[in-house]
Amino acid sequence: MNTPPPVVRDQSGFVIELEQFSGPLDLLLHLIHEEEVDITDLPISKIADQFLAVIGDLGLNQAADYLEMAARLLRIKAQMLLPRRLGDDEWEDPRAELVRRLLEYQQIRELVDWLARAAAVRAERFGRGYEAPPPDAPPAPLQIDLNDLLAAAERVIALIPEPMLHRVVPRPLNVEGALEKIHALLAERETFGWSDVVGPGATIVDVLSAFIALLELAKRGTLSLAQPEPFAPMVIKRESPREAA
Amino acid sequence: MSPLAKLLEAALFAASRPLTLAELASLEPESGDAALRAALTELRAAYGDDHGVELVEIAEGWQFLTRREYAEVIDRAQFALRPRRLSPAALETLAIIAYRQPVGRVEVDEIRGVDSGAVIDKLLERGLVEIVTRGEGLGRPLLYGTTPQFLEILGLKDLEELPRLEELSVALRPPTPAEEPE
Repeated sequence: MNTPPPVVRDQSGFVIELEQFSGPLDLLLHLIHEEEVDITDLPISKIADQFLAVIGDLGLNQAADYLEMAARLLRIKAQMLLPRRLGDDEWEDPRAELVRRLLEYQQIRELVDWLARAAAVRAERFGRGYEAPPPDAPPAPLQIDLNDLLAAAERVIALIPEPMLHRVVPRPLNVEGALEKIHALLAERETFGWSDVVGPGATIVDVLSAFIALLELAKRGTLSLAQPEPFAPMVIKRESPREAA
Repeated sequence: MSPLAKLLEAALFAASRPLTLAELASLEPESGDAALRAALTELRAAYGDDHGVELVEIAEGWQFLTRREYAEVIDRAQFALRPRRLSPAALETLAIIAYRQPVGRVEVDEIRGVDSGAVIDKLLERGLVEIVTRGEGLGRPLLYGTTPQFLEILGLKDLEELPRLEELSVALRPPTPAEEPE
Protein backbone atom coordinates (compact mmCIF):
# COMPACT_ATOMS: atom_id res chain seq x y z
CA MET A 1 0.00 0.00 0.00
CA ASN A 2 1.30 3.37 -0.97
CA THR A 3 1.48 5.98 1.71
CA PRO A 4 1.70 9.55 0.55
CA PRO A 5 4.83 11.29 1.76
CA PRO A 6 4.28 12.71 5.22
CA VAL A 7 2.90 16.20 5.18
CA VAL A 8 4.71 18.59 7.45
CA ARG A 9 1.95 20.53 9.10
CA ASP A 10 2.49 23.98 10.28
CA GLN A 11 1.84 23.61 13.98
CA SER A 12 2.00 27.37 14.62
CA GLY A 13 5.74 26.83 14.63
CA PHE A 14 6.25 24.86 17.81
CA VAL A 15 9.79 23.64 17.82
CA ILE A 16 10.62 20.11 18.84
CA GLU A 17 14.09 19.38 20.07
CA LEU A 18 15.24 15.81 19.77
CA GLU A 19 17.37 16.15 22.91
CA GLN A 20 14.35 16.58 25.09
CA PHE A 21 12.97 13.16 24.23
CA SER A 22 14.35 9.95 25.58
CA GLY A 23 12.82 7.88 22.80
CA PRO A 24 9.91 7.32 20.43
CA LEU A 25 7.44 6.65 23.25
CA ASP A 26 8.36 9.93 24.87
CA LEU A 27 7.87 11.76 21.57
CA LEU A 28 4.56 10.00 21.04
CA LEU A 29 3.33 10.99 24.50
CA HIS A 30 4.35 14.56 23.80
CA LEU A 31 2.33 14.59 20.58
CA ILE A 32 -0.67 13.07 22.34
CA HIS A 33 -0.57 15.77 25.01
CA GLU A 34 0.02 18.45 22.42
CA GLU A 35 -3.07 17.31 20.51
CA GLU A 36 -5.06 16.79 23.69
CA VAL A 37 -6.42 13.48 22.53
CA ASP A 38 -7.56 10.51 24.58
CA ILE A 39 -4.74 8.05 24.96
CA THR A 40 -7.08 5.08 25.22
CA ASP A 41 -8.93 6.04 22.04
CA LEU A 42 -5.96 7.12 20.00
CA PRO A 43 -6.72 8.84 16.67
CA ILE A 44 -4.00 6.70 15.15
CA SER A 45 -4.07 8.22 11.69
CA LYS A 46 -3.56 11.73 12.98
CA ILE A 47 -0.87 10.73 15.46
CA ALA A 48 0.97 8.61 12.90
CA ASP A 49 1.08 11.50 10.43
CA GLN A 50 2.34 13.85 13.13
CA PHE A 51 4.98 11.37 14.22
CA LEU A 52 6.22 10.93 10.66
CA ALA A 53 6.24 14.66 10.09
CA VAL A 54 8.27 15.27 13.20
CA ILE A 55 10.88 12.61 12.65
CA GLY A 56 11.16 13.70 9.02
CA ASP A 57 11.73 17.25 10.18
CA LEU A 58 14.32 16.21 12.68
CA GLY A 59 16.24 14.15 10.19
CA LEU A 60 15.94 11.31 12.61
CA ASN A 61 15.77 8.77 9.88
CA GLN A 62 18.91 7.11 11.11
CA ALA A 63 17.47 6.42 14.52
CA ALA A 64 16.24 2.86 14.30
CA ASP A 65 14.06 3.13 17.39
CA TYR A 66 12.08 5.99 15.88
CA LEU A 67 11.81 4.23 12.53
CA GLU A 68 10.56 1.07 14.16
CA MET A 69 7.84 3.05 15.91
CA ALA A 70 6.93 4.78 12.65
CA ALA A 71 6.50 1.40 10.97
CA ARG A 72 4.39 0.17 13.87
CA LEU A 73 2.14 3.22 13.67
CA LEU A 74 1.62 2.76 9.94
CA ARG A 75 0.77 -0.88 10.42
CA ILE A 76 -1.81 -0.06 13.07
CA LYS A 77 -3.21 2.66 10.84
CA ALA A 78 -3.62 0.14 8.02
CA GLN A 79 -5.22 -2.44 10.32
CA MET A 80 -7.71 0.16 11.50
CA LEU A 81 -8.81 0.68 7.91
CA LEU A 82 -9.68 -2.97 7.38
CA PRO A 83 -13.44 -3.52 7.36
CA ARG A 84 -14.87 -5.48 10.24
CA ARG A 85 -18.21 -7.07 10.83
CA LEU A 86 -20.64 -5.47 13.22
CA GLY A 87 -20.84 -7.16 16.58
CA ASP A 88 -17.66 -9.08 15.95
CA ASP A 89 -16.52 -10.09 19.41
CA GLU A 90 -13.31 -11.55 18.08
CA TRP A 91 -12.11 -8.20 16.84
CA GLU A 92 -9.08 -7.00 18.69
CA ASP A 93 -8.26 -3.33 18.66
CA PRO A 94 -4.93 -3.09 16.80
CA ARG A 95 -4.08 -0.12 19.00
CA ALA A 96 -4.36 -2.09 22.24
CA GLU A 97 -0.72 -3.10 22.52
CA LEU A 98 0.53 0.41 21.73
CA VAL A 99 -1.88 1.97 24.19
CA ARG A 100 -0.73 -0.45 26.87
CA ARG A 101 2.91 0.44 26.20
CA LEU A 102 2.14 4.16 26.24
CA LEU A 103 0.33 3.91 29.56
CA GLU A 104 3.15 1.84 30.97
CA TYR A 105 5.67 4.37 29.76
CA GLN A 106 3.60 7.23 31.14
CA GLN A 107 3.68 5.49 34.49
CA ILE A 108 7.46 5.26 34.28
CA ARG A 109 7.65 8.97 33.51
CA GLU A 110 5.62 9.69 36.61
CA LEU A 111 8.01 7.56 38.65
CA VAL A 112 10.94 9.42 37.08
CA ASP A 113 9.52 12.69 38.39
CA TRP A 114 9.15 11.14 41.82
CA LEU A 115 12.70 9.77 41.82
CA ALA A 116 14.13 13.08 40.60
CA ARG A 117 12.38 14.91 43.43
CA ALA A 118 13.60 12.40 46.01
CA ALA A 119 17.17 12.66 44.71
CA ALA A 120 17.01 16.47 44.81
CA VAL A 121 15.87 16.42 48.44
CA ARG A 122 18.54 13.89 49.38
CA ALA A 123 21.20 16.01 47.66
CA GLU A 124 20.53 18.76 50.18
CA ARG A 125 21.99 16.73 53.00
CA PHE A 126 25.62 15.87 53.35
CA GLY A 127 27.05 12.93 55.22
CA ARG A 128 30.44 12.74 56.84
CA GLY A 129 33.43 11.92 54.73
CA TYR A 130 31.55 12.91 51.66
CA GLU A 131 33.73 12.59 48.63
CA ALA A 132 32.92 14.94 45.84
CA PRO A 133 32.37 13.24 42.52
CA PRO A 134 35.47 13.56 40.38
CA PRO A 135 35.43 16.81 38.44
CA ASP A 136 34.07 16.40 34.98
CA ALA A 137 36.64 15.88 32.30
CA PRO A 138 37.88 19.21 30.92
CA PRO A 139 35.65 20.55 28.17
CA ALA A 140 36.46 18.36 25.22
CA PRO A 141 39.46 20.09 23.66
CA LEU A 142 39.50 17.92 20.60
CA GLN A 143 37.00 19.18 18.11
CA ILE A 144 38.52 17.85 14.97
CA ASP A 145 37.53 16.08 11.85
CA LEU A 146 39.13 13.06 10.31
CA ASN A 147 41.22 15.13 7.91
CA ASP A 148 42.90 17.04 10.73
CA LEU A 149 43.65 13.80 12.47
CA LEU A 150 45.08 12.17 9.37
CA ALA A 151 47.11 15.26 8.52
CA ALA A 152 48.57 15.34 12.01
CA ALA A 153 49.41 11.66 11.90
CA GLU A 154 51.02 12.16 8.53
CA ARG A 155 53.18 14.98 9.84
CA VAL A 156 54.53 12.75 12.57
CA ILE A 157 54.99 9.78 10.30
CA ALA A 158 56.71 11.87 7.64
CA LEU A 159 59.51 12.56 10.09
CA ILE A 160 60.15 8.87 10.54
CA PRO A 161 62.17 7.13 7.84
CA GLU A 162 61.10 3.71 6.65
CA PRO A 163 60.53 1.71 9.80
CA MET A 164 62.66 -1.39 10.08
CA LEU A 165 60.02 -3.69 11.36
CA HIS A 166 62.11 -6.83 11.33
CA ARG A 167 65.24 -5.70 13.03
CA VAL A 168 65.57 -6.54 16.68
CA VAL A 169 66.98 -3.56 18.50
CA PRO A 170 68.95 -4.40 21.62
CA ARG A 171 68.10 -1.21 23.48
CA PRO A 172 64.98 0.10 21.86
CA LEU A 173 64.55 3.30 23.83
CA ASN A 174 67.26 5.77 24.60
CA VAL A 175 65.56 7.95 27.17
CA GLU A 176 68.84 8.93 28.83
CA GLY A 177 70.17 10.25 25.56
CA ALA A 178 67.00 12.22 24.98
CA LEU A 179 67.15 13.59 28.53
CA GLU A 180 70.67 14.84 27.91
CA LYS A 181 69.67 16.49 24.69
CA ILE A 182 66.70 18.20 26.32
CA HIS A 183 68.82 19.37 29.25
CA ALA A 184 71.26 20.88 26.76
CA LEU A 185 68.42 22.67 25.00
CA LEU A 186 67.02 23.87 28.32
CA ALA A 187 70.38 25.32 29.24
CA GLU A 188 70.40 27.28 25.98
CA ARG A 189 66.86 28.51 25.62
CA GLU A 190 63.82 29.08 27.76
CA THR A 191 61.33 27.83 25.18
CA PHE A 192 61.75 25.59 22.23
CA GLY A 193 59.65 23.28 20.12
CA TRP A 194 59.20 19.58 19.52
CA SER A 195 61.11 19.74 16.26
CA ASP A 196 64.18 21.03 18.14
CA VAL A 197 64.14 17.89 20.23
CA VAL A 198 63.70 15.26 17.56
CA GLY A 199 64.89 17.00 14.41
CA PRO A 200 64.36 15.66 10.91
CA GLY A 201 65.20 12.08 10.19
CA ALA A 202 64.47 10.88 13.69
CA THR A 203 63.60 7.24 13.97
CA ILE A 204 60.46 6.04 15.70
CA VAL A 205 62.70 5.07 18.63
CA ASP A 206 64.03 8.63 18.83
CA VAL A 207 60.49 10.00 18.80
CA LEU A 208 59.37 7.69 21.59
CA SER A 209 62.49 8.29 23.67
CA ALA A 210 62.15 12.05 23.33
CA PHE A 211 58.49 11.92 24.22
CA ILE A 212 59.05 9.82 27.33
CA ALA A 213 61.94 12.08 28.36
CA LEU A 214 59.73 15.15 27.98
CA LEU A 215 56.96 13.61 30.05
CA GLU A 216 59.47 12.62 32.70
CA LEU A 217 60.91 16.14 32.90
CA ALA A 218 57.43 17.64 32.95
CA LYS A 219 56.59 15.35 35.84
CA ARG A 220 59.70 16.48 37.70
CA GLY A 221 58.68 20.08 37.09
CA THR A 222 61.81 20.86 35.10
CA LEU A 223 59.78 22.01 32.15
CA SER A 224 56.18 22.50 31.07
CA LEU A 225 54.49 21.25 27.96
CA ALA A 226 51.81 23.13 26.11
CA GLN A 227 49.93 22.74 22.91
CA PRO A 228 48.00 25.88 21.94
CA GLU A 229 45.52 23.95 19.83
CA PRO A 230 44.91 20.35 18.82
CA PHE A 231 47.87 18.96 16.86
CA ALA A 232 49.73 22.25 16.95
CA PRO A 233 53.47 21.90 17.51
CA MET A 234 54.30 21.29 21.13
CA VAL A 235 55.83 24.21 23.03
CA ILE A 236 58.37 23.25 25.67
CA LYS A 237 59.12 25.80 28.34
CA ARG A 238 61.73 25.81 31.07
CA GLU A 239 60.27 25.99 34.57
CA SER A 240 61.86 28.04 37.31
CA PRO A 241 64.76 25.96 38.59
CA ARG A 242 63.97 24.89 42.10
CA GLU A 243 65.20 21.38 42.00
CA ALA A 244 65.67 19.64 45.26
CA ALA A 245 69.32 19.19 46.12
CA MET B 1 22.52 9.95 77.12
CA SER B 2 22.85 6.26 77.92
CA PRO B 3 26.25 4.60 77.36
CA LEU B 4 24.86 2.62 74.42
CA ALA B 5 23.53 5.77 72.76
CA LYS B 6 26.96 7.38 73.15
CA LEU B 7 28.62 4.33 71.65
CA LEU B 8 26.26 4.46 68.68
CA GLU B 9 26.96 8.18 68.31
CA ALA B 10 30.70 7.48 68.15
CA ALA B 11 30.31 4.67 65.62
CA LEU B 12 27.95 6.62 63.38
CA PHE B 13 30.29 9.59 63.53
CA ALA B 14 33.28 7.48 62.58
CA ALA B 15 31.58 5.73 59.69
CA SER B 16 31.14 7.70 56.50
CA ARG B 17 28.22 5.62 55.31
CA PRO B 18 24.90 4.42 56.70
CA LEU B 19 25.33 1.65 59.26
CA THR B 20 22.74 -1.09 59.29
CA LEU B 21 21.03 -2.32 62.44
CA ALA B 22 23.07 -5.52 62.23
CA GLU B 23 26.30 -3.53 62.04
CA LEU B 24 25.28 -1.37 64.99
CA ALA B 25 24.22 -4.44 66.96
CA SER B 26 27.67 -5.97 66.48
CA LEU B 27 29.18 -3.17 68.56
CA GLU B 28 27.71 -4.57 71.72
CA PRO B 29 26.01 -7.86 70.90
CA GLU B 30 24.84 -8.52 74.45
CA SER B 31 22.62 -5.42 74.66
CA GLY B 32 19.89 -6.86 72.47
CA ASP B 33 17.63 -5.54 69.77
CA ALA B 34 15.16 -3.63 71.93
CA ALA B 35 17.91 -1.77 73.78
CA LEU B 36 19.56 -0.93 70.45
CA ARG B 37 16.37 0.55 69.03
CA ALA B 38 15.74 2.47 72.21
CA ALA B 39 19.28 3.88 72.09
CA LEU B 40 18.81 4.93 68.46
CA THR B 41 15.58 6.68 69.34
CA GLU B 42 17.33 8.39 72.24
CA LEU B 43 20.21 9.46 70.02
CA ARG B 44 17.88 10.81 67.35
CA ALA B 45 15.99 12.79 69.98
CA ALA B 46 19.29 14.16 71.34
CA TYR B 47 20.03 15.50 67.89
CA GLY B 48 16.66 17.17 67.73
CA ASP B 49 16.24 20.72 66.56
CA ASP B 50 19.26 21.98 68.46
CA HIS B 51 21.86 20.61 66.08
CA GLY B 52 23.09 21.20 62.55
CA VAL B 53 23.16 17.49 61.85
CA GLU B 54 20.48 14.91 62.44
CA LEU B 55 20.27 11.15 62.62
CA VAL B 56 18.50 9.86 59.52
CA GLU B 57 17.21 6.42 58.66
CA ILE B 58 18.46 5.75 55.18
CA ALA B 59 19.47 2.88 52.87
CA GLU B 60 18.49 0.19 55.38
CA GLY B 61 20.64 1.85 58.00
CA TRP B 62 21.35 4.98 60.00
CA GLN B 63 23.54 7.95 59.22
CA PHE B 64 24.27 11.45 60.47
CA LEU B 65 23.41 13.98 57.77
CA THR B 66 23.47 17.76 57.73
CA ARG B 67 20.11 19.48 57.88
CA ARG B 68 18.57 20.53 54.61
CA GLU B 69 18.51 24.22 55.43
CA TYR B 70 22.33 24.38 55.28
CA ALA B 71 22.55 22.85 51.80
CA GLU B 72 22.95 26.18 49.99
CA VAL B 73 25.67 27.55 52.26
CA ILE B 74 27.73 24.38 52.32
CA ASP B 75 27.34 23.96 48.59
CA ARG B 76 28.35 27.55 47.88
CA ALA B 77 31.40 27.28 50.10
CA GLN B 78 32.30 24.08 48.26
CA PHE B 79 33.06 22.20 51.45
CA ALA B 80 31.03 19.47 49.88
CA LEU B 81 29.45 19.28 46.47
CA ARG B 82 26.02 18.05 45.63
CA PRO B 83 26.16 14.87 43.58
CA ARG B 84 25.61 15.18 39.88
CA ARG B 85 22.03 14.83 38.83
CA LEU B 86 20.96 11.72 36.98
CA SER B 87 19.84 12.06 33.38
CA PRO B 88 16.21 11.35 32.46
CA ALA B 89 17.37 8.21 30.66
CA ALA B 90 19.17 7.03 33.79
CA LEU B 91 16.13 7.75 35.96
CA GLU B 92 13.79 5.93 33.57
CA THR B 93 16.05 2.90 33.62
CA LEU B 94 16.37 3.04 37.40
CA ALA B 95 12.60 3.29 37.81
CA ILE B 96 12.06 0.22 35.64
CA ILE B 97 14.76 -1.79 37.39
CA ALA B 98 13.50 -0.74 40.83
CA TYR B 99 9.95 -1.87 40.14
CA ARG B 100 10.63 -4.93 38.01
CA GLN B 101 13.70 -6.35 39.66
CA PRO B 102 15.17 -8.75 38.92
CA VAL B 103 14.81 -7.62 35.34
CA GLY B 104 16.79 -8.14 32.13
CA ARG B 105 17.96 -5.61 29.62
CA VAL B 106 15.46 -6.68 26.97
CA GLU B 107 12.52 -5.84 29.19
CA VAL B 108 14.02 -2.44 30.04
CA ASP B 109 14.55 -1.77 26.32
CA GLU B 110 10.95 -2.76 25.59
CA ILE B 111 9.42 -0.50 28.20
CA ARG B 112 11.60 2.47 27.26
CA GLY B 113 11.34 1.84 23.52
CA VAL B 114 15.07 2.44 23.11
CA ASP B 115 18.30 0.56 23.61
CA SER B 116 19.35 0.86 27.26
CA GLY B 117 22.63 -1.06 27.31
CA ALA B 118 24.85 2.00 27.71
CA VAL B 119 22.63 3.48 30.42
CA ILE B 120 22.65 0.24 32.41
CA ASP B 121 26.44 0.06 32.13
CA LYS B 122 26.69 3.55 33.59
CA LEU B 123 24.33 2.68 36.45
CA LEU B 124 26.43 -0.42 37.16
CA GLU B 125 29.53 1.74 37.20
CA ARG B 126 27.96 4.14 39.69
CA GLY B 127 26.92 1.22 41.84
CA LEU B 128 23.22 2.03 41.64
CA VAL B 129 22.26 -1.31 40.12
CA GLU B 130 23.91 -4.71 40.19
CA ILE B 131 23.64 -8.05 38.50
CA VAL B 132 21.43 -10.12 40.75
CA THR B 133 21.12 -13.36 38.90
CA ARG B 134 20.65 -14.88 35.48
CA GLY B 135 17.28 -15.41 33.85
CA GLU B 136 15.86 -18.69 32.64
CA GLY B 137 15.26 -17.62 29.06
CA LEU B 138 17.33 -17.90 25.94
CA GLY B 139 21.01 -17.18 26.60
CA ARG B 140 20.33 -16.94 30.34
CA PRO B 141 20.25 -13.14 30.33
CA LEU B 142 21.73 -11.12 33.18
CA LEU B 143 19.08 -9.78 35.54
CA TYR B 144 19.56 -6.49 37.35
CA GLY B 145 18.39 -5.13 40.68
CA THR B 146 18.94 -1.98 42.70
CA THR B 147 21.63 -1.58 45.40
CA PRO B 148 21.69 0.11 48.84
CA GLN B 149 23.53 2.92 47.02
CA PHE B 150 20.35 3.48 45.01
CA LEU B 151 18.38 3.90 48.24
CA GLU B 152 21.06 6.22 49.56
CA ILE B 153 21.04 8.68 46.68
CA LEU B 154 17.27 8.87 46.95
CA GLY B 155 17.27 9.14 50.72
CA LEU B 156 15.02 6.09 51.08
CA LYS B 157 14.92 3.71 54.03
CA ASP B 158 14.04 0.77 51.83
CA LEU B 159 12.25 -0.10 48.61
CA GLU B 160 8.93 -0.02 50.47
CA GLU B 161 9.19 3.76 50.46
CA LEU B 162 8.89 3.96 46.70
CA PRO B 163 5.40 5.04 45.65
CA ARG B 164 3.03 2.13 45.15
CA LEU B 165 2.00 1.78 41.54
CA GLU B 166 -1.68 2.08 42.37
CA GLU B 167 -0.98 5.46 43.96
CA LEU B 168 0.16 6.87 40.63
CA SER B 169 -2.28 8.81 38.51
CA VAL B 170 -1.68 6.47 35.59
CA ALA B 171 -3.55 3.27 36.22
CA LEU B 172 -2.15 0.26 34.49
CA ARG B 173 -3.19 -3.28 33.95
CA PRO B 174 -0.81 -5.95 35.28
CA PRO B 175 2.55 -6.01 33.46
CA THR B 176 1.84 -9.23 31.59
CA PRO B 177 -1.62 -9.02 30.05
CA ALA B 178 -1.64 -12.77 29.43
CA GLU B 179 -4.79 -14.83 29.46
CA GLU B 180 -6.56 -14.11 32.67
CA PRO B 181 -8.72 -16.94 33.90
CA GLU B 182 -12.26 -15.80 34.46
